[in-house]
Amino acid sequence: MKILVPVKRVVDYNVKVRVKSDGTGVDIANVKMSMNPFDEIAIEEAVRLREKGVASEVIAVSCGVTQCQETLRTAMAIGADRGILVETPADLDLQPLAVAKLLKALFDKEQPGLMILGKQAIDDDCNQTGQMLAALADVSQATFASKIEIADGKASVTREIDGGLEILSITLPAVVTTDLRLNEPRYVTLPNIMKAKKKQLDIFKPEDLGVDVTPRIKTLKVSEPAKRSAGIKVADVATLVDKLKNVAKVI
Amino acid sequence: MSALVIAEHDNASIKGATLNTVTAALACGGDVHVLVAGHNAAAAAAAAAQIVGVSKVIHADSDSLAHGLAENVAAQVLAIAAHYSHILFPATAAGKNVAPRVAAKLDVAQISEITQVDSPDTFERPIYAGNAIATVQCTDAIKVLTVRATGFDAAAATGGSAAVESAEALADSGKSSFKGSEIAKNDRPELTAAKIIVSGGRALGSAEKFNEVMTPLADKLGAAIGASRAAVDAGYAANDLQVGQTGKIVAPQLYVACGISGAIQHLAGMKDSKVIVAINKDPEAPIFSVADFGLEADLFVAVPELVSAL
Repeated sequence: MKILVPVKRVVDYNVKVRVKSDGTGVDIANVKMSMNPFDEIAIEEAVRLREKGVASEVIAVSCGVTQCQETLRTAMAIGADRGILVETPADLDLQPLAVAKLLKALFDKEQPGLMILGKQAIDDDCNQTGQMLAALADVSQATFASKIEIADGKASVTREIDGGLEILSITLPAVVTTDLRLNEPRYVTLPNIMKAKKKQLDIFKPEDLGVDVTPRIKTLKVSEPAKRSAGIKVADVATLVDKLKNVAKVI
Repeated sequence: MSALVIAEHDNASIKGATLNTVTAALACGGDVHVLVAGHNAAAAAAAAAQIVGVSKVIHADSDSLAHGLAENVAAQVLAIAAHYSHILFPATAAGKNVAPRVAAKLDVAQISEITQVDSPDTFERPIYAGNAIATVQCTDAIKVLTVRATGFDAAAATGGSAAVESAEALADSGKSSFKGSEIAKNDRPELTAAKIIVSGGRALGSAEKFNEVMTPLADKLGAAIGASRAAVDAGYAANDLQVGQTGKIVAPQLYVACGISGAIQHLAGMKDSKVIVAINKDPEAPIFSVADFGLEADLFVAVPELVSAL
């Protein structure tokens, strides 16, 4: 069984993004870029399934600019066997529906038994691509996974839902999206980084896959969120309780 | 033009996030209908009919809809989707699970976690974990939206009198099945829905201390317990308590941060809270820059003192 794992190149989670003064977006020039943390968990899970003998091959996919090759190399350093880049122009606003369509085309081409995606990317915070891919491929889905077990053509997936956990049994092929508790991704070692450089990386264009990636959503403006007004320091617990009761009136 | 709200419910009652979603739907203009897809969910449908502003409730009932499986719920929504200009889901685990499936099948975009409706096709939504707000315009005929509850007031739960219409439930997809659930049984409110959250950081020092110090405070305030990523990574608190960019995004009435320094990714998850209290012994801790009330003190002394003062 092949596992397809899409990975997204995003602004590193430690970077505090700045809104551009002209309101057209956030400034990502000269900012550290990394793999979306949820996608790292997805790659790790896929590699563990291969190491357990459940999967035969892990294919990492990235859709976006040419620099996404670095993200794919990281995925291959974690243990993905090969990579596919669907390269799009830097000035294209690539949106979840378009990405899901590109991935659906790769699903048809590669016929994976399982597709593991991060539940959301930490840049646009959409939380859509996995579910959209499942819909387009007409397969089952289990989102926000904290545990995956594969047996007899089915996956038993524990999902993090509001207030607790839920266990679903889904028929393969299927889409699973990862939550934080699924695993802790391994550290990438230098020898594995070197090995990853030699792994196969194929590059396609959206046209090669017959997919229209025209954006459906227009960003009119990006602005700073409302700033919090400066607070005060209180001298002791008694003053704090007084402020909460009588000024803020929240308790 | 009319809007369809997909109700979040437990078959017996309507969950709170549905009410905020109705308010967002009303802001889109036109009639608001509510779909209650469940099993033995007549009580939930009746409750939905009472929500002020709702003109019709569509009730689909089947055991295939008992557990909100995405495949089945999405199909149920798609069966009536063509009648609507807007389809809105609460941005809860259940809503986020189904909405993109509906959008993709309709070949339309989905707009996630809207916090404001500027016009029927223009919405505001946070990006980068709330560090920027995007105003976006959707060019598709049907707008599929998820609604962040903290962005909209709740519609009145009673006072309305909508008609309840039955819809035929569709057959089970056969692709997935529900095997069980473990819903936390404590009386504590859920983190993302809590009015008050008390949150602990690395300064707690151990899992034992975390429980010993934070639990009495949470009990006293009827609060949910949260934690910083540092506390979770150190094993002091369970991962599902993590508040921050990669954890839960919360916006309670009161957020009490105890021994949390205030790393960017933590602030991203809680800075929309109405009132923030920070208790930290480091006067330079960044958490103080977002706190309404800062108390520079050793949390091991201050928190128990706070518990007895409340």
